[in-house]
Amino acid sequence: MSYRMDGWQEPTLGENLARAGVSRRDFLAFCGALTAIFATGAVSGKANAAEVEALAAELSAVTKPNVVWLQLQECTGCMESVLRSGGTTVEEVVLNLLSVNYNELVMAAAGEAANTALDETNKEPHILVVNGSVPRADGGIYCTIGGKTAETVLKEAAEHATVILAVGACAVWGSVQASKPNPTGAVGVDQIIKNKTVINVSGCPPIGEVITAAVAYLLTHDDPPKLDAEGRPLFAFDQRIHDSCPKRPHFDAGQYVRTFDDEGARNGWCLYEMGCKGPSTFSPCPIFQWNLHTSWPIGAGHPCIGCTEKDFYDRFTPFYHVLPNVEGFGIEASAEKLGWGLVGVTAAGVVAHAGVTALRNATARKAHHEDEPLAAFGDAGAEPVEVYSGPQSKPVKAVVAQAAAEAAEAAEAAEAASTAEGPTGPEGKE
Amino acid sequence: MAERLVIDPITRIEGHLRLELETDGGKISKAWSETTQFRGIETIVKDRDPRDVWAFVQRICGVCTGVHAIASISAVEDAIGSNVPEQARLIRDMVLGSQEVQDHVIHFYHLHALDFVNAANAADADPAKAVEFAEAIGSHWRGNTLQRMTEVRDTVKAIVDSGQLSVFTGGYWDHPDYRLPPEANLMAVAHYLDALEFQRSMIRIGTVFGGKNPHPNFLVGGMACTIDPNKSESINQVQIDQIQQWVDETYDFVVNCYVPDAMAIAGVYSDYFDIGASTPNYLAVGLSGAVFSGNPAESRATSAHTAVAPGVIYDDDFGTVHPFDPAKIEEWITSAWYTYEGGDIGLTPDKGETTVAYTGPQPPYTGAPNDGLPWLADQEKYTWCKAPRYDGRPMQVGPVARVLLAYARGHELTKQLVDDAAATLGITLSQINSTMGRTLARAVECLISAKALKEETFPNFVARLRSGDIDVFDSTRWEPSSWPAECSGYSFVEVARGNLSHWVTIKGGKVERYQAVVPTTWLAGGRDAQGQQGPYEESLAGNGQHPLVDAAKPLEPLRTIHSFDPCMSCAVHVLDPSGEELQAVVA
Repeated sequence: MSYRMDGWQEPTLGENLARAGVSRRDFLAFCGALTAIFATGAVSGKANAAEVEALAAELSAVTKPNVVWLQLQECTGCMESVLRSGGTTVEEVVLNLLSVNYNELVMAAAGEAANTALDETNKEPHILVVNGSVPRADGGIYCTIGGKTAETVLKEAAEHATVILAVGACAVWGSVQASKPNPTGAVGVDQIIKNKTVINVSGCPPIGEVITAAVAYLLTHDDPPKLDAEGRPLFAFDQRIHDSCPKRPHFDAGQYVRTFDDEGARNGWCLYEMGCKGPSTFSPCPIFQWNLHTSWPIGAGHPCIGCTEKDFYDRFTPFYHVLPNVEGFGIEASAEKLGWGLVGVTAAGVVAHAGVTALRNATARKAHHEDEPLAAFGDAGAEPVEVYSGPQSKPVKAVVAQAAAEAAEAAEAAEAASTAEGPTGPEGKE
Repeated sequence: MAERLVIDPITRIEGHLRLELETDGGKISKAWSETTQFRGIETIVKDRDPRDVWAFVQRICGVCTGVHAIASISAVEDAIGSNVPEQARLIRDMVLGSQEVQDHVIHFYHLHALDFVNAANAADADPAKAVEFAEAIGSHWRGNTLQRMTEVRDTVKAIVDSGQLSVFTGGYWDHPDYRLPPEANLMAVAHYLDALEFQRSMIRIGTVFGGKNPHPNFLVGGMACTIDPNKSESINQVQIDQIQQWVDETYDFVVNCYVPDAMAIAGVYSDYFDIGASTPNYLAVGLSGAVFSGNPAESRATSAHTAVAPGVIYDDDFGTVHPFDPAKIEEWITSAWYTYEGGDIGLTPDKGETTVAYTGPQPPYTGAPNDGLPWLADQEKYTWCKAPRYDGRPMQVGPVARVLLAYARGHELTKQLVDDAAATLGITLSQINSTMGRTLARAVECLISAKALKEETFPNFVARLRSGDIDVFDSTRWEPSSWPAECSGYSFVEVARGNLSHWVTIKGGKVERYQAVVPTTWLAGGRDAQGQQGPYEESLAGNGQHPLVDAAKPLEPLRTIHSFDPCMSCAVHVLDPSGEELQAVVA
């Protein structure tokens, strides 16, 4: 079936399907296939009309969306983050909002009973949430569940999924096990599932509230959340950390931590020189914060490691070096000058950020044909957003605009080059 | 005649574990513990900046989050000679201590309880009786109210009536060995939900210092979070007040909810003190949370938890504690999909090598009996998990090992708690080596940890703060230029599931060699060259008496495996010391 059941607005599945424009005829055809499977164990079997009607009635009365929540090659940190969500809590998700029929961490059944729960749910329309990457090397031997490869498990669960959420850096991009040399050939969900939109809830792990909100969003709204170029929901990933960071005034004023635990650190100054990846990282950490709004990484004195960004273990390491692996924009060189706290030189730093992100976004957008991220400070092609940048804000804006235009050109060139190389692998550069 | 059974996936654990069993007349005769995930993280950290490595290896596991990071930074600090300020060490102890309590609570209520608690049956309970039951077992938890029990009963009833059982789908609810009355099941489900709320709250201890949880941030040489009583941007009285509250609520929950519940389960299922005995050897370097690097006899980096010295117990002989010698640890690959250059031998972690050599069947392999697909146990190698041995013996690590070591070493609080529990339950010390014993030991240990957090670690931290000690970072060894050209270090940490060690060699400022020996590796590994089974296998098939009444509803082996609190992502890790890329040889 090819319809999309994006929201759960009505009390029962039948009403939701009707709302989504699924005809009774299509629904009965679907049920007929299911009945055939139940009856004969094969899709080719023919079910009788009464059986089909009975199943249709049963399915129509389903009152909560069924969910398959897979855990593939991963560390369970994402499920732990869900347990910590203070937004829609895990108990609300599991007991009241959804019927989570398969999740290995919390489900009662094991072995055959678990596999049966999975198979049964897979046959019906369901929401699919995936934690973890898919190791494709050597025939998939590096992660098997119930004797099947992670890739098979994912494909079977995706077939009748109405919505697919890839949750966590592993499911989105492969994360730590995909970093060089990627011994198991780990990839993210959207490298396997190409015929459906995958909502990428990135982060290592994502903030618990963001995960549960991504699920709850589907129940509240008619459509899935709007996505950025990387497939991330804009409700959480429309801002760079740098742009919403409460330490931003210290960056602009050139007040930097020079050594951990120095006077600047105790005063909460900017961690840019300690390697903070906030300027290149789209994440709501400073906005939503972590664990019931208790703190967040930069707030607790550690530079951002950029865990919501693609290949951060390779592109952003060494973590304590100033924005590594970003070539050609002179950001390392400008960092030392920025430290002088001269407003004019700060502008140069901002220009560098603009160039970096413009390149990133331009290539990503082309690749994904998706909604563009909300124009953020310095984005190419967008009018720079008003940001306080000291008494000389006008000249800064002018410089930014010019740099953005140049960066966009560079991006076009880079894009042309990278398209020629084919799909981006784990080691691919953007 | 022997029948074969596969349980895959084992659920309510971290990661991917599969069991293949043979049963005969309702008893398990053979068992194979099979880890079916491999990620190769240690290969990935080679040639990286040693200061970054904690952030990679931390992602070995998100359940025992932070413990690999602490082991990593301690090993690197040991190698480069960094002296971590005492306050940073106490902060790490608080993060580790709160994590351990959270981990044990999650394990008991969310991963293990459904082996004993019939959640569906709670729908039939009288809420008033549930309150009475709680009182009867000595639970003084504030959630034991008629209103709360009614609310929870209605929630469960709505789920059962709807026919959409969510996470309870496919549970063995009609299994005859669920023994609790409906009111006890209802109380347990209510506490299951309360525990979720509890852990969300108390885990914030780690968030204050590490900025997020799971996967808080750490730092080689100390901590990144600054403390200063007179600065708003540093940890000050505002956070101290919060932590005091969370430390208090932690102790309250453990004493008034967790421990009484664990004792009640242990009482009702007391025959499980005679089921699931595993290898009678135990290894621990101290109480939960103990951290040390270097020579255990002259440790230069020790945590606040020094009350119990490292030690080893053989053959359930609790009267003799042998000194712990890290050089006696070896890892075997007899049953694991790797090869050693020297053949089927044991290698110490500092000389560990791993070349992937997969010889198992190409997936899919059997997921259910009679599906006609191959079994892993038909071959000599059947797992990704190596088999560590100490002095040639398989060892139990974890709460059971720590509690028994502490008891043998005369640790007073441990002795008192264990003796009281043993008297109440009518068991002997050696019966702690059992399915229910491991579950009881975890509760006992959790109480000790919650008490240490409340009465030692946190007050010590505050006292030092009061005296003006606000340093949290040793900057003298931050720059790689300050390190020796080549150096090695290791650290041992007692984490939720047992003894964890990380081993690092640094050359020219980069990681040359990295190895982790992880609790679940100790426990989940398979057979060695001497044919000795790993502890999981021994607990199921050690004496041929482990029950399994109905192969379609393998509740009994799940109880035993869950009593170890498996963490499979932790268990499998790989280092190629020669620096060559891994080669997979696929049969």
